[in-house]
Amino acid sequence: MASKQELQIQQKREVEKREEATVPSRVFLPTTDIYETEDALNVVMEMPGVEKDNVEVAVEDSVLKVNGRIDFSKYEGLQPVYTEYNIGHYARSFRLSSKIDQNKIKAEMKDGVLSLVLQKAEEAKPRVISVT
Amino acid sequence: MAGSAMQSRYLQQTALTFAGCSMSMTFGDPFDVLLGLQRALEARRASDWLRDATTSMGPYPPINVFQQGDDFVAIIELPGVSKSDLEIQAQENTIRIAGKKSISYDEGVSVHRRERISGEFDRTLTLPVEIDPEGITAEYRGGVLALFISTAESAKPRTIQIT
Repeated sequence: MASKQELQIQQKREVEKREEATVPSRVFLPTTDIYETEDALNVVMEMPGVEKDNVEVAVEDSVLKVNGRIDFSKYEGLQPVYTEYNIGHYARSFRLSSKIDQNKIKAEMKDGVLSLVLQKAEEAKPRVISVT
Repeated sequence: MAGSAMQSRYLQQTALTFAGCSMSMTFGDPFDVLLGLQRALEARRASDWLRDATTSMGPYPPINVFQQGDDFVAIIELPGVSKSDLEIQAQENTIRIAGKKSISYDEGVSVHRRERISGEFDRTLTLPVEIDPEGITAEYRGGVLALFISTAESAKPRTIQIT
């Protein structure tokens, strides 16, 4: 039963800007999954149309910031006749709850999906406390 | 014919982008181009281009159709779908896009946020123009599927010689 599930369209959510960009283009929030393993935090973001060279990932003051720029030069000379979605760059940031080892951030881009593995810093790993 | 010419142009542009110099070479002001495109996409939302077709708008995946000269380009966002899970069929003026998107995690992870969805999809797009089913080419890259659709020769405007 559960194996066949119809996919539904997810409307793109636009970034609520805290400060305005000087360029008035649209920026969307990438659809994101976040899950934690014992020694890492995994962040998976969907950014269709973003090539791996156009992704910026930064962790600053325990805030993860991801920026993805699309290459809209491919759309040059194309006249829209029928449209169902808009395009734009992607940006999202998350406040991280656990300490991250900044030097061990791994990023991989595949089929428009960015996968980040944020290794936890040693002191943030769960400790087993034995009762004596 | 026209389809392949169009595709090579598309590939060329992609190649240029990889070299990192496409924007300054192609546009005076790239931001104007994006803004203009976004406005055009917004304005076209309520287009009645597919009005008379049996296929409706709405099902996954969302599709944008562009015209380039006599030909069409359909651009479809399918992030996370691998190429091998994608099936495209064309018959007369109907194109079917089917496939599945799977998301898998290792066991025993603790999930903080789950926004991505997975499942199967099957969408048929009927174009209100006659197309050449043999002339369709597809390119999938970075989660975006581009279908290059050429109009059937018989549907192209013909100049009639006066004798």
